[in-house]
Parts: sequence; structure tokens; C-alpha cells
Amino acid sequence: MFRTIDWYTPFQQLRREMQDLIDTVAPEFAPAAVRPYPAVNIYSAGDALLVEAEVPGVRREDLEILTTGNELTIKGRRPGDDENLTFHRRERGVGEFTRVVTLPIDVDADKIEATLQDGVLTLRLPKAESARPRQITVKAG
Amino acid sequence: MAANTMPTCEAPKRATETVPTERIRGGRTYLPAVDIVERDDRLMLVADMPGVRRDDLEIVYERGQLSILGKVDPRQTADGIECLRCEYGVGDFARVFQIGEGIDASKIEAELREGVLTVHLPKARELMPRRIAVKPQ
Repeated sequence: MFRTIDWYTPFQQLRREMQDLIDTVAPEFAPAAVRPYPAVNIYSAGDALLVEAEVPGVRREDLEILTTGNELTIKGRRPGDDENLTFHRRERGVGEFTRVVTLPIDVDADKIEATLQDGVLTLRLPKAESARPRQITVKAG
Repeated sequence: MAANTMPTCEAPKRATETVPTERIRGGRTYLPAVDIVERDDRLMLVADMPGVRRDDLEIVYERGQLSILGKVDPRQTADGIECLRCEYGVGDFARVFQIGEGIDASKIEAELREGVLTVHLPKARELMPRRIAVKPQ
């Protein structure tokens, strides 16, 4: 089975910045979106990781968050109108999504906190004991 | 494990320089993704503006032009927080639409729910479709 390997390299950042540039100056030139949804930002905050994602319109009860080891899965559904409406413009996504994110360090899956506010999902994932920085004392020789 | 899937027709978040907004603070402005839907009695504009609160929203309709502006303060900027990997930027949302005449400006309404703004633009009376009865002979 195929899986998206979700690691970060400077080249991906370069590509993203180029893509942002293309999107800004010539959006019609951009290829059809194949990037995973939702985009996530990962922060290190002391002894926890913060993962943030913009999921406007997604209700709390339609969100599912799973972790195993250092893998985080965000599942959800963006509501859409089932009526036959006349769209003059349609840019917003509709339907189910699953995003699998490989976290840069292991987290303590039992103590994850999630909040959803104004369409922004914020997860606080305490770093696993083994992943926390440790002070090593050098013994006097 | 499930592979990544995404909703249909989701475009990446787009930064913009073209919205005529006088910026006081630094940072980028983003174009919200929008749907524009026509119903018999109104147009509906639906915009994704995650992170925008009701008080930080400004909607102006003037001479056929609808401007929406949502202020978004930077998040996760406290001391000691470091971005390991950032896929999207955080900043204001702004976009201007030429709606045209025929909107009853006094009846425009807006609602904001879970980061999604919906603006209802009722059509002026004379533009509403009406059923014409054929008189019997």
C-alpha cells in the first residue's frame, strides 16, 4: 500500500515558496491541487508539540484525531450543500479528508489536548519522556 | 494506514498583493476561498476565513462592490515557540467582489460560523423571478 512520506526538507520549502509565488502572480499557471488537506503547522513549545490546522466549517463532531507513535492522523468532513445550487464560483472544498502527518518526535498519546476555535484546530501533544532534552552532567575526571 | 485524502477542489491558501487595503501592521494578506451561489431571491457569498472573530470582520457594500476584510492576529508567537515546519501562513483575509447592481443593500446580512463567513445579498425586487400567469381566454 502506498503512503505519503511526510518529511521535511529544504527542497520542499523551496518548492512551496515557488508555488506560493506562482499562485500569487499567475494562479492559472498552478497545477491542480494535489497537496494534502489540511495544511498543518508544527511548532515546538517547550515540552510539547503544537500542531495547528485551518479547517473552516468543520464541526467538532466531524473531526477525528488519532495518534500512533509519532504519526498523527486528522480526519474530518467539510460540509457541502446537497441541493442543486447555481454556483457562480466554487473554490471551497467539500467532502471527507484524511491527513497523516509524521511528527518530528515521539509524543505522549495519552495526554493530547485538542481545541477547535473559529475554524482553527490546535493540538497540544506532550513530547514523550524519551524525546525531551536532558541535561548531561560531565563528571569531574 | 489510510492515505491522505482531501476534499474536492481545494486550492492552496493564496497570498495576495492586489487587495487595496492600507496596511498598518506588517504581514501578508490572504485571499479567502469563496463560493458564490445564486438562489431565486438572493446571492450568497461563502468565504473561508479561519481564525477570524466576529469583531474583527469588516464587510462593506458600496456601488456594486462588496469588500470583506477579516483581521487575524499572528498565532503561536509566544517566547520559546519555534516553528518546526510551517505549511501555511497566518495573516488577514481580504477580498473584493464586483457584484453589480440589483442588490437590495439595506437587506444584506452576514453570519460567521466556525471560521466561515456567509453574506446574504437579497436581490432587488424588480430582479426577482416571478411567475406570470396566462390569462384564460
